[in-house]
Parts: sequence; structure tokens; C-alpha cells
Amino acid sequence: MPHSLISEIETKYIRSLVSREKRVDSRGLNDIRPITIECGIVEKANGSARVTLGNTKVIVGVKAEIGTPYPDTPNSGVITCAAEFIPMASPYFEPGPPNEEAVELARVVDRGIRESKMVDLEKLCIIPNEKVWILFVDIYIIDHAGNLFDASSLAAVSALLTTKIPRTEVEDGKVKILDERIPLPINNIPISLTFAKIDDQLCVDPILEEENVMDCRITIVYDVNNNLVAMQKGERGALTTQDIYKAVDLAETMTKEIREKYISPILKQEVS
Amino acid sequence: MALYFKNRQIVVPGDLLAEGAYKPGDGTFREGNRIYSSVVGLAELKGKIVQVVAFEGAYTPKAGDVVIGKVVDVKMTSWRIDIKSPYQAIMHPVNVFERRLDPLKDDLRRYFDVGDTLVAKIMSFDRTRAPLLTTKERGLGKLQGGYLVEMLPTKIPRLIGRRGSMINMIKKETGCQIIIGQNGIVWVSGKSFEDEERVIKAIRQIEREAHTSGLTDRVRDLIHK
Amino acid sequence: MEENQGNSQIKLLTEDNLRLDGRKLDELRPIKLEVGVLSRADGSAYIEQGKSKILAAVYGPRELHPRHLAQPDEALLQCIYRMATFSVDERKSPAPSRRETELSKVITESLAPAVFLKYFPRASIDVYIQVIQADGGTRCSSITAASLALADAGIPLRDLVAACAAGKIDGKIALDLSDIEDKNGQADLPVAIMPRKKLTTLLQMDGFMTKEEFIEAYELAVKGCQKIYEMQREVLIQKYINIQDEVSEEGSEQNRGG
Repeated sequence: MPHSLISEIETKYIRSLVSREKRVDSRGLNDIRPITIECGIVEKANGSARVTLGNTKVIVGVKAEIGTPYPDTPNSGVITCAAEFIPMASPYFEPGPPNEEAVELARVVDRGIRESKMVDLEKLCIIPNEKVWILFVDIYIIDHAGNLFDASSLAAVSALLTTKIPRTEVEDGKVKILDERIPLPINNIPISLTFAKIDDQLCVDPILEEENVMDCRITIVYDVNNNLVAMQKGERGALTTQDIYKAVDLAETMTKEIREKYISPILKQEVS
Repeated sequence: MALYFKNRQIVVPGDLLAEGAYKPGDGTFREGNRIYSSVVGLAELKGKIVQVVAFEGAYTPKAGDVVIGKVVDVKMTSWRIDIKSPYQAIMHPVNVFERRLDPLKDDLRRYFDVGDTLVAKIMSFDRTRAPLLTTKERGLGKLQGGYLVEMLPTKIPRLIGRRGSMINMIKKETGCQIIIGQNGIVWVSGKSFEDEERVIKAIRQIEREAHTSGLTDRVRDLIHK
Repeated sequence: MEENQGNSQIKLLTEDNLRLDGRKLDELRPIKLEVGVLSRADGSAYIEQGKSKILAAVYGPRELHPRHLAQPDEALLQCIYRMATFSVDERKSPAPSRRETELSKVITESLAPAVFLKYFPRASIDVYIQVIQADGGTRCSSITAASLALADAGIPLRDLVAACAAGKIDGKIALDLSDIEDKNGQADLPVAIMPRKKLTTLLQMDGFMTKEEFIEAYELAVKGCQKIYEMQREVLIQKYINIQDEVSEEGSEQNRGG
């Protein structure tokens, strides 16, 4: 939101609430908004998910194609993430190709997936040096009410967990696409958590009004084994060392809770 | 002469409301002998006027309205104010101060700067020029502290209530100062966050249930919880 | 309206004139409509028609930027129609295609006659359409949803706009073609009307038809539009009746001491 459109009253109000450890929507500083995840909403996609985080809504679709690998990783499949901040999601989003905010978001979501090795890319190799699976993870923000990072990451991860690709066979150096559908080879599940820094406090899962007044934000991504796989500080303020360590600690506990509460049911569904 | 709706019936754009010697009011339009609804809302007959009270819609500035706006730009001889309308408002020093300002000596920013919120009255508006604001009357001017709640402008009358019944009840029950802008912005200032929060909750409920009956009692109950 | 493969080996009709999805020739696909589905947009709607899934949202009337595009006597209505990369069988590039550009234009022109643009000079009314999944007839579903989003935003309208396509499959005139029928059929005719006075605001034809076939298809499409119009009215009214019902249920529960 353009800086000039945020009034001093709003800024002061949110800051005074936060200084008393309260928030505009009555949450505690460490409370996340209600989350819903719906998988498989786009049958034509190989995988898809719709996530709501409070009023924020994101849809992710995964399309799998067979193509040539990158020359420096000839035995490896490819994952590529992109984000579209479509104009319907906010009065301040303009039509056009992804701007720096959309690119940043896509790359951070991608980083979590890549560095945690969520998808075993070697197993997506069909003919070494020639044919591999290429996964396009496309993130569409459809309603912006704050914290696009966590909503997008959760949607991308949920979509990948429920993605199905055709089984393939190689006959005489040619790839045969079979009718059977199999899930992706999944080794890990990155979960992200974003904080907004407002004065001296860190607010988990910032709502839009908080993002409008925050000094900066920090996103932290943990994997299943409590390893850090991605971090990103954003916006034009600064973090103290204390802020960073506090966020890293809180994120360790809370990402575990998110995984247990929201990802486990998806995994159970897939197995059944 | 024929009426084609029951009082306070929900109608949609294009619905035929009346035929004959009726007058088209807000939310309606006339084609030949017939009056149709142009919006989604409640159809009503007020004397000979057929009108539809719209559920939603942008704020259209009207001379005499009190509005709450945010200063978004300061020019040499005027302020530009966002009043949440398709038309940005302008305010000139001559409509703020008694004495004349010298633009070369007096910086307008000293009085209202970008980010300030103010209560003002619309002096004039026609669709070819920007709405002009004034803060010369009592009760108008810069707002400090408190909180701003945005509400659909179409629901503001319900927040006020018949002869102020709803808003006076809320003020009394919460002890908060409340200033209502016809453009759908409400300023709330109380002694405690809890009091202000009760007003905000009440406003949200009114916005959602404006078209139902028994609302004043339900809002009073909500405030007491 | 997709690139017509012309003659195809796929049979689209059984001996009893039943279609691949079991429908009769004059049957609409199952339609689900919702309004007010987004929190930021001034108005919004969601439609599922068969397997097509489309979101429409409206912002406006609002200030138009850049200023030099503003029209002195009326609002500028602009619709942008875009398909998600994963909405079709083969992944679509995110960059706007010529088809999306054409559809944006015809959709804008199908809605403009219904809007009281003169009420808001110099302002803009923006309609955004996002196809989440495409299975034929997306421009018609988009218009149906966009019209609901305009009404949901409180923008004054002369009428709603309802859209529906008819076409020719295996030589017979059919209503509301799915993707496979469009790709393998002989003609596609998308139509949009303002139902009150049966004024046509969208009319495109792509294929091969005699004049008589066209008339049959056009009248069938208009009938389809009228059925869809009833659904649009219903969903707009139901949104507010639901709240009235909720509120009176709470009230009577309290009276019962529940």
C-alpha cells in the first residue's frame, strides 16, 4: 500500500496496541489466524491447493511436463516456482508481469522447497541427460489480507504433497507415458513462519493493517528435522540480533505445530 | 399505476418496480413509463417516490455531508484528501482559516500534513470537478488518537439509526467518542482499548445485518457481552 | 472457440442424442454461483460451470490512473480476462495471449451496455476475471460471474448480463458446449443478453452453419441465458436472505432459552 495512504491514526493505534501485546484482530502476538487447506481443486492440474489464512487466499497449481534437464544437473528433475499477484487480490496490484515483490515471494517459497530437498529430484529423472520431469509450481494470490509468504508456501507444499504424475517406462530410448498415476517422491516438508516487526515486538502472521505499519518482516522456514532451510528479511526497517534469535526460536516450535495440525491430515488422506 | 414489489423486498438490477405516475428515487431509473431497480437492495415506497436502499456502493460526495478523510498530498495552495470516493477531494486554506495565508511564507504542511486525518464538510461537488472541503465549522478539523473503522457507506444510516437511536445507544453503553463520516469512515476514541473494541465489533455487526430487524437490541447485547 | 480441429473421429453423441457427459442436447452443465467471495475487492463472484471454475472481481468506481486516460463524461470500464497457467491441459505461459486480449475486449463490450457509466465521469470500473480451470465456454461463464460481481459491488446497472453458448456437435444443435465438444464440434456460438429486454451484448460465431442452424442455436443460447439469469437473481437475493434467516434463528433460539 502506498505509504501516503496510511494515516497517522492507524499507525499510532496499531503501535500502541502492540506495545501492550495486543493486536487489531484480538489475537495474541504469537497467534496465527485460522487456516484452511483444500487440495485437488483443479483436476486438470497435476496438483493443486487453495489455502485461506484469515482472509488471505492463495491458489497454487502444479503442472508436470517432460523436458530436458539443466546441463549442470543432467540427472535431475526440475522445480520452478512463480507467483502472480493478480489485480483482483488488492486495489494496489496492477496488471502486468510479476514485479519485484512477486518475484521475491516466488524465490523464497522455492528456496524452502529446494533446500529442504522436499521433492527427490533425482527420482524425477527419466532418461539421464535427455528427459526429466519438470514441475511448474504457479502461485496465484487472489485475496491479500496480509502474510502472503506463509499462505503461498503452505499452498505450494500442500499442492506438491498431493500432486500425481503419470508413471513412465523407457522402451528403445523412448519415453512411454502410462495410465497409472503416482505421487511425487517426497522426502521433506518445509514450513514457513513470518513475523512483522513493529517497534520492539514481533507479531506472528501479520494481518494487512500490521503489514502497512511494520518496520520490517522476517520469514523463517524449517524442515521436518528442525533444520533451517530458508530465511528472508524484507522491507526497509532493521532487526536486532535479539529479534532474529527470538524469531528463530519461536518459528521452531510453531512450524512444528502447523505441520502437526494442517499437514498431517493431508498425509493421512493421501495414504488412505 | 402499479407497484410490483412488497415493502422492503430484496430486488436486483433490472427488476421492474413500478409503472405510472411514480417518481424514481435513489437506486432506480426510469424507462418510459416504468421504474426499475439499478442496484441490489431493499425496495421501498416513500410517498410517490420509489427507491431502492442499496446494500453496497461507492460513496458519491454530496454537498453538506460530513466526511472523514486522509491527507495524501500537500500542494502549494491546497491539500489533497482521500475521502474513499472515486473523486479525490481538495481543500483550500481560505476554507480552513479566518485569516489569509501567504503561500510564500506559510507552509501548508504546518497545519495539515500527509498522513493526517480530518473531519470536514463537503462544500460543493459536481461530477466535473473535485469535491471541495471545509473545516471552518465547529466540530471539524484534525483528528488525533483513537481508531478509524471503515464501513460500507450504504450502512452509515443504519449506524446512525432513526434520529440517532443506534449511535447514541452505542456511545452511551461504551462511553466512547464517535464521529461518523458519511463516506463510510468512523472515528472511535475511548478510555480503554476494550471500550473501543466493543464499538468496532458493533460496527461490524451493523454492517453485516443492516437490512434485518431487531438490530438495535442485538447490538446492545453484543456490547454487553 | 478453441482452435477447431475440424473433422474428428470422436463421436460426441449417442444414438439417443445423449452427450459424452450424459446431457441432453438442450441441457446446461451443472452450475454453482457464489457472490462476495473476496475480502478486498468491492464486488466478487465465483462460478463453476461443468468443470470450468472462474473468479470475477470488481474494483470501482475509483479514481482512474493515469489521468489522461480518463473520459470527461463517463467512467472507463475495463475487463481483463486471464487464464491460470494450470487451468488447461497443457500448461499455458503466464504472459497474456492474443486470445486473452480478444476475450478481454469482447467481455468488456458485453458488460458496458448494462452499466450506468455516465454516473461516474472520469472514474474507472475495473473487472478482473481469473480462470482457475477451463473446460469450454469460459467467456460466457466469465460474463455471468462478472455481471454478478458488478451487482455485488453496488455499481448501478440497467440489467444483469447472462451469457451462454450454443453450438453444433455431430450435426445437431446443442447448448453449453464443454471443451471436448467445442474442440471436436462444427460450430460454437457464445451469446450474452440483458434479459429484461432481450438485448444481445455478446455475439460471436466460429464454425460452419446454415442460417437456419444459426437461428436454432441462437434461440437455444438465449433460452440458456434466461435460465442462468434466474440463477443469478437467486444468488444475489439469497446472500441477504441468509443473513436475515441467521439473525431470526438466533433470535428465536434466545426466546426458547437455547
